[in-house]
Amino acid sequence: MNEIHVTVNGRARHAPPGTSLLGLLEELELDPRTVVVELNRQIVRRPQLEDHTMRDGDEVELVHFVGGG
Amino acid sequence: MTTTVSAPAGHPLTIANHTFRSRLMVGTGKYADNATMVRAIEASGAEAVTVAVRRVDLDRSQEEAILHHLDPRQYFLLANTAGCYTAADAIRYARLAREAGFNEFIKLEVIGDEETLLPDVDGLLEASKALVSDGFQVLAYTNDDLVTALRLEDAGCAAVMPLASPIGSGLGLTNPYTIRTIKRRLSVPIIVDAGVGTASDACITMEQGVDGILMNTAIAQADNPETMGRAMGLAVESGRLAYLAGRMPRRQIAVPSSPAHGMLD
Repeated sequence: MNEIHVTVNGRARHAPPGTSLLGLLEELELDPRTVVVELNRQIVRRPQLEDHTMRDGDEVELVHFVGGG
Repeated sequence: MTTTVSAPAGHPLTIANHTFRSRLMVGTGKYADNATMVRAIEASGAEAVTVAVRRVDLDRSQEEAILHHLDPRQYFLLANTAGCYTAADAIRYARLAREAGFNEFIKLEVIGDEETLLPDVDGLLEASKALVSDGFQVLAYTNDDLVTALRLEDAGCAAVMPLASPIGSGLGLTNPYTIRTIKRRLSVPIIVDAGVGTASDACITMEQGVDGILMNTAIAQADNPETMGRAMGLAVESGRLAYLAGRMPRRQIAVPSSPAHGMLD
């Protein structure tokens, strides 16, 4: 398989096999210190982002704080 | 001439393990732009600022990220679960918020009705219990209903946040009696959340003896948010002082302020 298909924030996306969550953030130019990552509904803590390799069909949510009341 | 309030303002507001420098908490939503928001919040004197958890918009820059504009060393970030309609969703959002790494506090909202944004108190109680046992300090946004407030306190909430009137309505304090009753019967801090429209609303709310107020729209949607922020900060302090001072009794007849004796023949 040359690439895997994942869903990031509800949107289809492909990535090379072996891409870590940290790699995904880097590709999206997101600072890991300002984003919280959920992989298949499980929170992945920052120190573990590099260890989690994305698999085909994974669902990733990237969230942060925005204005609210 | 400017005067400073030097009368004792009593104890500061403490919720769980955190003492706040102001009894006013403010939201960060609905501002015309971020610079206006920062000026208004500074002018309000609030320390606690609420934020929402949302997906990163992958098409846009990080401009929308609130932490690009508010220094978390200067403000206490109070994450909310706004937009959640089930206990499960609220718990999920709360855990994501905690993972951001600032504190264990969550302003818990479980909404039950889209038009009024009134809380689903069953879902709220369920989520409160789950989050308290998961180590959160839960500040529960609720109706101005005593029985629900008592149950939230029993569930271990760090503070209970009854509404003055619906979110974003600006209707002010619609039922001072229920707010006073909740304050009288509960031991945890009572922070009135939502409904305040202008400074007099904030002042009257604080005069009921509650511990603080959280507001967003009244400042963000004022014609001049910075000036309204300052007005709200003063109103909250003024209302608190008036409560501590103890108001005079209401009378149905006039009582002269000048001596009745010593009048000329």
